[in-house]
Amino acid sequence: MMLTASSGHKGLPSMPAVSRTPVLSVRNVGVEFPTRHGLLTATEGVSFDIAPGEILGMVGESGAGKSLTGMSVIGLLEPPGRLSAGEIWLESERIDTLSLRERQRVRGRKIGAIFQDPLTSLHPLFTVGKQLCETIRYHLGLDKKAARARALELLNQVGIPGAEQRIDHYPHQFSGGMRQRVVIALALAAGPSLIIADEPTTALDVSVQAQITALLKQLCRENGTAILLVTHDMGVIAETADRVAVMYAGRVVEIGPALDVIQRPRHPYTQGLMNSIPSLKIRAEALNQIDGSMPRLDSMPQGCAFHPRCSFAGPRCAKQRPPLAAVGENMSAACWLHQGGVNGDA
Amino acid sequence: MLAFILRRIASAAGVMLTVAFLAFLIFRFVGDPVDMMLNEQATQEQRDALRERLGLNDSFLIQYGKFVARAAHGDFGISFRNQQDVSTLIGERFPATLELVLVATALSLIIGIPLGVITAIYRRSVLAETVQFASIVGVSLPSFALGIFLILLFSVKLGWLPAFGRGETVDIGFWSTGLLTSSGRRALILPSITLALFQITLVLRLVRAEMLETLRTDFIKFARARGLPNWIIYFRHGLRNCLMPVITITGMQIGNLIAFALITETVFQWPGMGMLFIQAVTFVDIPVMAAYLVIVSFIFVALNTVVDLLYGFVDPRLRAKGAMGASHAAA
Ligand SMILES: Nc1ncnc2c1ncn2[C@@H]1O[C@H](COP(=O)(O)OP(=O)(O)O)[C@@H](O)[C@H]1O
Ligand code: SF4
Ligand SMILES: [Mg+2]
Repeated sequence: MMLTASSGHKGLPSMPAVSRTPVLSVRNVGVEFPTRHGLLTATEGVSFDIAPGEILGMVGESGAGKSLTGMSVIGLLEPPGRLSAGEIWLESERIDTLSLRERQRVRGRKIGAIFQDPLTSLHPLFTVGKQLCETIRYHLGLDKKAARARALELLNQVGIPGAEQRIDHYPHQFSGGMRQRVVIALALAAGPSLIIADEPTTALDVSVQAQITALLKQLCRENGTAILLVTHDMGVIAETADRVAVMYAGRVVEIGPALDVIQRPRHPYTQGLMNSIPSLKIRAEALNQIDGSMPRLDSMPQGCAFHPRCSFAGPRCAKQRPPLAAVGENMSAACWLHQGGVNGDA
Repeated sequence: MLAFILRRIASAAGVMLTVAFLAFLIFRFVGDPVDMMLNEQATQEQRDALRERLGLNDSFLIQYGKFVARAAHGDFGISFRNQQDVSTLIGERFPATLELVLVATALSLIIGIPLGVITAIYRRSVLAETVQFASIVGVSLPSFALGIFLILLFSVKLGWLPAFGRGETVDIGFWSTGLLTSSGRRALILPSITLALFQITLVLRLVRAEMLETLRTDFIKFARARGLPNWIIYFRHGLRNCLMPVITITGMQIGNLIAFALITETVFQWPGMGMLFIQAVTFVDIPVMAAYLVIVSFIFVALNTVVDLLYGFVDPRLRAKGAMGASHAAA
């Protein structure tokens, strides 16, 4: 069915070819955990670029390696987790080999982060103004007054009404949505060129999720900030992402322009994801509706990690792992269906 | 906030009335005070006169009321043993105990907090393991044993520091302090270390545990993601989050230290409240015992109240809700 891989983008709006240097370039990155029973490979061969002002959505069920990928970019993998291979480039500077101290300077200054739970991301005992100012002052070296002015400006920018008063409030005095706006302001504090947003709306009320997503999109457009938007909400992806990377069992299995990935997915796993969504308004749980479950790290099947669940699987799938390869103009997928068929064993 | 303060003070007053009641019961029912104060040869008239003077003919409630009213003015009657005002006796002894306790508390914070933070940050290092081991020894070592050991080493063997007493003191108003003379300060060293040892290990372990807990929280992770340097993360974000339990425990422990100072005071012949109490017990000097009970309880309750109020000050979330009752569960 999908064998005519390059059925193409005719009639579909697609991203203009990215000509500028990407803000972020992740090349062949893997994360591993040394354990008593040997090395656990959590992610492998993850590659993607994000252009200035672009939002790359990253989807995949829980445990697929999305957060690990985000954390390796920020440089905050929790030991014993570590990079096993690959390179990470930020604005033409290789950052995965920097010293801890240099890495820390990149964090916050060039890469902002937004985590899932705004309830727990903020220090409960400091006012939001204090948290903003300390970040601004450390990175931008401003004096107290200038830092406060910048903090106010940020709070206004992320749409917090009455910022003049709110700046001296404590996190518990804000609602969940407002708190996530504060977190976003903190991520923006030093004017980063990249934001890693790991499930920024998952912990929020459904009613405010769309507002936060819209805010991210708006900031991205206004400031030209690139965003890696991790989510398992296809609705969020459809509304915000320019391109989408689909992760499965620690690998990127499909990547391409959002509309293509959503409307004409090439990888059977992505197809399953999309088919299980009657309408894009139905969210989250849908991801788990493909029969079976993702393999555990310590019992990763040979060949294509998806083959035990794949209805297209052939003999080749159980033996050889399909590489991520171009299918058509802007899309790539890791599936033998698009690379010579599932029966051969070349 | 005001309502909270008032409520807190009212409950403190309730506790104090109960304690005063217990003290009063001891005073009233452990033996007949008239028998204790007069000798065998006293006439019946003398007895009746004293009975009248002590107000023992009043009803139970009125006696209790008078006891409370007098105690509130710091009047605890007359010592059976040497016929002095109990309040004078206590006034003479209290500064010695309080100075000892405050110096020990300061030591425990100055030593315990940094060690706790450092052992949490470098928890896998040899240094941290050693400190951790030493703190377990510290917790298990009885303070009198440490006191005797210190005396043997620094007083008997090396002769560096005095083995007993308070050294010279200077009177400032009603307060006699040993902090202003060098012999007074030298005399403080061994007893305060003895009293502080347990406290140091307590603070250290508390800070370490809280710090380890805090370093795992999302807000620390987010602070790292914001690229803040380690010293801000550990000493501002981390330590700040540990302060509350430390305040609570320190506050409560000051009460404990005053009570348990009596062991250290006995070992070092320190002329404080603890020694006074031990002597009072030996002589069944009930007014002194009752006064000690009321005063030590008062300190406990007052510290508790202050700690609760400080809580609201340190944690803005509690300030808003005004519900700080659960504070004591900390650690
Ligand atoms: N400290 C760890 N030790 C071993 N495995 C881990 C550790 N942290 C994460 N993993 C594993 O790495 C995989 C990817 O995790 P994660 O990136 O958090 O997934 P996602 O964010 O896509 O839900 C999971 O299978 C998880 O079990
Ligand atoms: S490679 Fe084979 S098993 Fe894997 S997704 Fe493609 S068809 Fe399915
Ligand atoms: Mg995750």
